[in-house]
Amino acid sequence: MKARRSGGRTLEFKDAGTQVGPLLVVDDVHTSFRTARGTVRAVDGVSFDVHEGKTLGIVGESGSGKTVLARSIMGLLPPRDVIRSGTVRFAGHELTAMDDKDLRQVWGAELSMIFQDPMTALNPVKRIGVQIAESLILHLGMDKKEAGSTAVELLRSVGIPSPEDRVKWYPFQLSGGMRQRVMIAIALACAPRLVLADEPTTGLDVTVQAQILDLLAELQRERHMAVILVTHDLGVVASRADDIIVMYAGRVVERAPTHTLFHDTKMPYTRALMDSIPRLADPSGVRLNAIAGRPPDLINPPDGCRFAPRCPYAQDKCRESEPPLRTVGSADHLFACWFPLVDGESTVPPVPVSLSAPVAPGPQSSGASDA
Amino acid sequence: MPDDKELLDTRSSSKMLANRIPMTAATDEAVLEMQSAAVDGEVLQKKPFGFLFWFALSFVGIVLFSAVLANVLPLQNPNFGHFSELNQGPSSAHLLGTDDLGRDLLARLVFGARVSLIVGFLGVAIGLVFGGSAGLISGYRGGRLDIALNAFSFIILAFPAIVAVIAIVTFWGASLFHITIILGIATIPLMYRVIRASSLAFAQRDFVVAAKTMGATNTRIVLREILPNVIPVMVTFSLITVAGLIVIEGTLAFLGLSVALPTPSWGNLINEGSSNDLLSINPLIMLWPAMAMFTLLWSINLIGDRLRQRFDLREGVL
Amino acid sequence: MTETSTTDATTNQGGEVVLDVKNLVVEFKSGRQRVQAVSGVTFQVRQGETLGLVGESGCGKSTTGRTLVQVQAATSGAVIYQGTDLTGMKGRALRELRTKIQMIFQDPISSLNPRRRIKDIVAEPLVIWKRGTKEERATKVRAMLEAVGIDPDAAGDRRPGEFSGGQCQRISIARALMADPDLLICDEPVSALDVSVQAQILNLLADLKDRFQLTMVFIAHDLAVVKNVSDRVAVMYLGKLVEVAGSDELYRAAAHPYTEALLASIPEPDPDHASSHKALTGELPSPLNPPSGCRFRTRCPYAQARCAEEEPLLREVAPGHQVACHFPVGPAKDQVAPPAAMAATDAPTA
Ligand SMILES: Nc1ncnc2c1ncn2[C@@H]1O[C@H](COP(=O)(O)OP(=O)(O)OP(=O)(O)O)[C@@H](O)[C@H]1O
Ligand SMILES: Nc1ncnc2c1ncn2[C@@H]1O[C@H](COP(=O)(O)OP(=O)(O)OP(=O)(O)O)[C@@H](O)[C@H]1O
Ligand code: SF4
Ligand code: SF4
Ligand SMILES: [Mg+2]
Ligand SMILES: [Mg+2]
Repeated sequence: MKARRSGGRTLEFKDAGTQVGPLLVVDDVHTSFRTARGTVRAVDGVSFDVHEGKTLGIVGESGSGKTVLARSIMGLLPPRDVIRSGTVRFAGHELTAMDDKDLRQVWGAELSMIFQDPMTALNPVKRIGVQIAESLILHLGMDKKEAGSTAVELLRSVGIPSPEDRVKWYPFQLSGGMRQRVMIAIALACAPRLVLADEPTTGLDVTVQAQILDLLAELQRERHMAVILVTHDLGVVASRADDIIVMYAGRVVERAPTHTLFHDTKMPYTRALMDSIPRLADPSGVRLNAIAGRPPDLINPPDGCRFAPRCPYAQDKCRESEPPLRTVGSADHLFACWFPLVDGESTVPPVPVSLSAPVAPGPQSSGASDA
Repeated sequence: MPDDKELLDTRSSSKMLANRIPMTAATDEAVLEMQSAAVDGEVLQKKPFGFLFWFALSFVGIVLFSAVLANVLPLQNPNFGHFSELNQGPSSAHLLGTDDLGRDLLARLVFGARVSLIVGFLGVAIGLVFGGSAGLISGYRGGRLDIALNAFSFIILAFPAIVAVIAIVTFWGASLFHITIILGIATIPLMYRVIRASSLAFAQRDFVVAAKTMGATNTRIVLREILPNVIPVMVTFSLITVAGLIVIEGTLAFLGLSVALPTPSWGNLINEGSSNDLLSINPLIMLWPAMAMFTLLWSINLIGDRLRQRFDLREGVL
Repeated sequence: MTETSTTDATTNQGGEVVLDVKNLVVEFKSGRQRVQAVSGVTFQVRQGETLGLVGESGCGKSTTGRTLVQVQAATSGAVIYQGTDLTGMKGRALRELRTKIQMIFQDPISSLNPRRRIKDIVAEPLVIWKRGTKEERATKVRAMLEAVGIDPDAAGDRRPGEFSGGQCQRISIARALMADPDLLICDEPVSALDVSVQAQILNLLADLKDRFQLTMVFIAHDLAVVKNVSDRVAVMYLGKLVEVAGSDELYRAAAHPYTEALLASIPEPDPDHASSHKALTGELPSPLNPPSGCRFRTRCPYAQARCAEEEPLLREVAPGHQVACHFPVGPAKDQVAPPAAMAATDAPTA
């Protein structure tokens, strides 16, 4: 059964390159999960748009809501216990108003997603060639043979050596990075117009990563494909994204064109993220600047600025009222902070982050080796 | 270890802030982490099962209970005909009425349940014991054993099962024992395949490798690491199969190939009641077992479905 | 596959050799095909040292790591741990000995059994070997969870699904340490974690390493991470080691063209650096059918005729710095253009 036709209706999509205005408009999206403990507000009012051929980077710590945001855009949320609001318009269609049948026409063919966890997303008992061919047959109506040879080509394009032989292999026979590339091949199979890539290169070494990102860039040039690159690797977005969104605790805390973000960072959080990256220029064995603590509980987020408990510059004002997403100077640089950095320096003196709770100290205070 | 502060100063690109953000010792990170660990875990929501589930469970419970205790319950003899009371509607003497020979329909229904339930549950038990354990081991060990068993199960599954069962029953004779054994054997390859797939998927997880490096024996790995993960699939699939076997037994009985009359089974009761003349005279003969069977199947499926939802773990990917 | 003849250049100072891997070969069969995932790898790890292992995706790093803990059988070669060759061992003796070598995995969620409670997961090594009484085990579990920064009271009775990736990784580190290992094999322990959690875990590993006197083999693809934790780094390409050097030395003076390319393609977290990356071009070799001679030659900018004919062996170019290349890149050569069409005759080496 083909899922492409729904009740005889087919969605009309304009050809690539003819889109007027943004390809994707995300407007005030909220997504919450009902759980026994309360409502987890995983995505809490996010808006942005993406133009054809552009790349938007989304960065943020684990648990900041990146994956949930991507899934909210796709419409791939669990069926139960989800509360959502806001609109997502894609190529003139309102995805948030579509039912599953209509969405299935869009998925894979127009809009596809590279999933974060290849081992759980691939079927362990099916050959990888079959798994790629399935989506080709479903969306592009290819016959088996054509789909089979296209699968080989796709594997080749993501840099898997001897693809003719590899199509017959099972996921467990591939290395971690190869599995990730199989996922990418599946997502790119039907030439979508927007790819949501959720941590697409975490398991890849830098040369293969460069190759995959080059492939995405090439497709962007050829097909005007747009990419949303979800990652925690600031190195990847620095060279690949046109714009970057920094998320924290379900919200956008800073948004700017890539160059501006790196050279005129406003949010202390963004700065802290950048500082926690190990750098080649540092000697080996250097201690890394981990950001203290963890992102807040999304059921009861702290009042005021959500980063305040971990922010070295937090003032009383930060703990009392929440900073709005605003601009200073250039209109395309948005940030949510009361005391933004100016030229990388804060205007307020740092206060040591007090991790107040008097819990019995763990045995490993830094440098302690007397155990 | 050299002093953190000193090292920090040597960081080139991040000097500006590095000096400012106080270096937190691992302890402090830990403290904050564990505070939030207490609340920020993705607690699986324990949804209430709902009324329907409890209704279904009680129905299956009542059927099981009465079938097991049929002999001691205050029921009439299912094969004794009250010749003065033929084809009666429900009354206080016969709660569900009587059939064309004046036998009590309630008694026949309860005794008939025994056959359906024995075939369903015992058949699945046979399938689980043999097919399930073969699947567990085959999925975990892999290699030649797995290839051989897998191919073998395909060959068996390729036979049109119903035809095979009919043929065997015709030759071997239709007793409850035979039917149960035959249907039990028929479920072995099904169970094998489902459980093997699940076992295989978990055998590839890193926690199995970790158990090996800690020196766990193969038996321990299968029982402690893999089995608990396979059980949900096992339970839900077993319930579906129970329902399936009950239907198959009913079909066989309807075709006159199961337990012979006058021993009642739901299948042959339906068969008996749906013969042309009886259906128009006394539809109740067929109606009661048909309704009981329908409700039982619906209940089992619903229970299976709800249990599956409850078992589902959220693992990383939403 | 004739690397046994190379000089034993592991002239690293300090410690006795804990792990001695000799000419390790691992082959897989898939149908009629044979893949050599590891083709003759030789290295040593000394007491208290951290050896980083980097290389391209699919080059055999994980397979090497898995062979070290013997969850993957070696086709030939030896893995000698404290004088005992693990490759021939079986049964209880192997089970007992390999608790001394523990592994940490890339996917923190998959490495914990989702159906078991944290305290049971962490106690498992003790339960398997029936060490201590129930109370003693419970005390040890608490201490170990605390050591990795997890609150035993809050966490003990919960299951892995309720923890973040970083926390799961801490728990699996705790479990590995319960077996009281000497040697820790980390297979990309931080690549699934975000930068801030990654920094926490790397700091934690550094602390624990001191505290428990661990020796580590640290597999990763992020060179900055590897540099941060390692004393020495081994670079692998298509089943073979191509370069081994002290970690600062490697980054300062990479001698193998592949290492050079790896270092050049690191994405800098700085948009101005973006355009400078030069991706490797050329045909990707396959382990199903590796190229003759030097395995990197299909993509090497310095490749010459000799590279196709003769396999370069690991040899020492500086104290403690080994390279398998006929024409290693020197610091001087870095500046000049690659010798495009030079005669293949006797090019100077080193
Ligand atoms: N089905 C769900 N039920 C309850 N809570 C959920 C569910 N899915 C996600 N969450 C919560 O939503 C928050 C955001 O999760 P999400 O997976 O989007 O994070 P992320 O930014 O993608 O992190 P990572 O870098 O680890 O992938 C988390 O706190 C998570 O616990
Ligand atoms: N069970 C197996 N059967 C067949 N081939 C295998 C098996 N396991 C690994 N391989 C092959 O061995 C090679 C090396 O794989 P390995 O997992 O060691 O790579 P890796 O260096 O860890 O890569 P990555 O960085 O992507 O994890 C790959 O070509 C892979 O396909
Ligand atoms: S608003 Fe205050 S607490 Fe929040 S990031 Fe800015 S300075 Fe820090
Ligand atoms: S031996 Fe030749 S092909 Fe191989 S890395 Fe050296 S120069 Fe390149
Ligand atoms: Mg995510
Ligand atoms: Mg690997």
